[in-house]
Amino acid sequence: MARGDWLCKVAELRVGVGSIYPRIVASRVRSQLAYPVSFALDVVAQFIGQSIELIVILVVFTQVSSLGGFSAAEVVLIYGLSATAFGLADLSVGQVEELPTYIRTGEFDVMLLRPLGTLPQLLSADVALKRLGRVAAGLGVLVWSLVTLDIDWTPARTMLAVIAPLAGAVILSSMWVAANAVSFWLVDGREFANSVTYGSNFSTSYPITIYGPWLRRIMCYAVPGAFVAYFPALGLLGRPDPLGLPELLQWSSPFVAVVAVAGAGLVWRTGVRHYQGTGS
Amino acid sequence: MIIETEALRRDFLVGTRLRRRRVTAVEDVTVSVARGEAVGFLGPNGAGKSTTIKMLTGVLVPTSGRASVCGLDPVRRRRELARRIGVVFGQRSQLWWDLPLRDSFDLHAAIHRVPATRYRDRVDECVALLDMASFLGTPVRQLSLGQRMRGEVTAALLHAPELLVLDEPTIGLDLTSKERLRSFLSEVNARGEVTLLLTTHDLPDVERLCRRVVVIDQGRVLVDDELAALRQGFAGHRVLVVELVEPVPPLLGLGGVVDVTVEAQGLRQRLEFSPGATTAAELIGTVAQQVALRDVSVVEPSIEDLVRTLYYSR
Repeated sequence: MARGDWLCKVAELRVGVGSIYPRIVASRVRSQLAYPVSFALDVVAQFIGQSIELIVILVVFTQVSSLGGFSAAEVVLIYGLSATAFGLADLSVGQVEELPTYIRTGEFDVMLLRPLGTLPQLLSADVALKRLGRVAAGLGVLVWSLVTLDIDWTPARTMLAVIAPLAGAVILSSMWVAANAVSFWLVDGREFANSVTYGSNFSTSYPITIYGPWLRRIMCYAVPGAFVAYFPALGLLGRPDPLGLPELLQWSSPFVAVVAVAGAGLVWRTGVRHYQGTGS
Repeated sequence: MIIETEALRRDFLVGTRLRRRRVTAVEDVTVSVARGEAVGFLGPNGAGKSTTIKMLTGVLVPTSGRASVCGLDPVRRRRELARRIGVVFGQRSQLWWDLPLRDSFDLHAAIHRVPATRYRDRVDECVALLDMASFLGTPVRQLSLGQRMRGEVTAALLHAPELLVLDEPTIGLDLTSKERLRSFLSEVNARGEVTLLLTTHDLPDVERLCRRVVVIDQGRVLVDDELAALRQGFAGHRVLVVELVEPVPPLLGLGGVVDVTVEAQGLRQRLEFSPGATTAAELIGTVAQQVALRDVSVVEPSIEDLVRTLYYSR
């Protein structure tokens, strides 16, 4: 690709993000607020849905005093980080789940006919604000545990507390985008993608010490779930890793997030190329 | 040339992983379209029209061959091409179903970065020509098909595309809606601003809009000619359908009539005649002298008939 071409693309991307998507998203939001009561009920339902998992954790702790070497309050912190990240990811890229529908109805072709990238178009095609309920539930738990836990607050830890849920959301989003891109290859890719999406919600809510060694390795190095909540939680708590992994990992979620985005982008691009090569 | 293709071919793999079959949707399509032309792209279902259009618009990669639209490789420069062409699919929408039509236009114009003043003029003009003022504020999902299609065509023209591709734009529309759309498209094309490429099953669409037709069948170009020439050679027979007041024996021996079919116990007769030998008016006159008529209609040969005639005449 010629250099000028490339510069053009970057400029286009910038202008695109700067002007179009906020308008598209705003139009989506407006249409949802048209029915305020049903919207409010949806938010509450999502809030409750997310909170039930917290209850599960609390019930478990009525039987045991520690889980994988972590106290109830510490596991709740991990849960809070994971739930906030999940909620934010769900809010921003949850629409990627609908890819099979867009492909089947031919709406994906319509996206290819617009002078915009397919992924941003798909993500902005519907922004389900009801998912704010999930974010609220996660954020509530996170703030509560940050306040009640005896955390030795340093500037670095404060930064970590703010950045970790965001980086976690980016990591989860990338995982889902990559997982849902299988629909470009498989007609029935939805099942696989859902297992990644909802599996990631469950598995990142607990300390990875409760998993077997293989699952742990996968979550650290292949599918970076451990960076969503587990490692940042260790950093916040100031605990050395019970598995003896280096402390650096506790601070590297933002870096992992950047790599995850690049990986997901690559998978998506390859998927679109494949789609154009096979057709519906 | 705004469209140029060379031996365009497209295969699909169908079936399950174990029993894969290679199906050729488009086998060999070489066409070129000059700026300002209006070309009808015809063929029976499954002939490869839609697949060809998808290759021209960057949705699908050709298996082999070459396509160039507005001087661009459609797939590699998809986004750039999208700014310069407009595409209307009769069966799927590019509008936002939950937004009022006007808001859909606004978004579309923003996506294509149409300057505000030009956008206003363009919308106002289309609204006037297509008589859309009464439903501009209606959400797209509540529009009738005819209203929606007018919206689709307007959206596709907002960014002043060099080429407008229409895939079955009049499918499912009533006669009035069809006519309105046709006269609008014909006017837009006549101004020389936009090249038209349309697929349709509706011969009147083609007659009204296109000087030239490209007929494809089984993925190959069967005919590429001026419509007039095609009509002369192959138009086939028209059919005069007469509804009678009372049953009569078959109306045989009329000048120019090549075949008579009797339906509804003799109350309806279909007189197939060749347009070169007689005219519909002449034939109606002759029939009216012989029997009492309740109603008459003239059936044009369908695209399928035309293609079939073409096919067997080779």
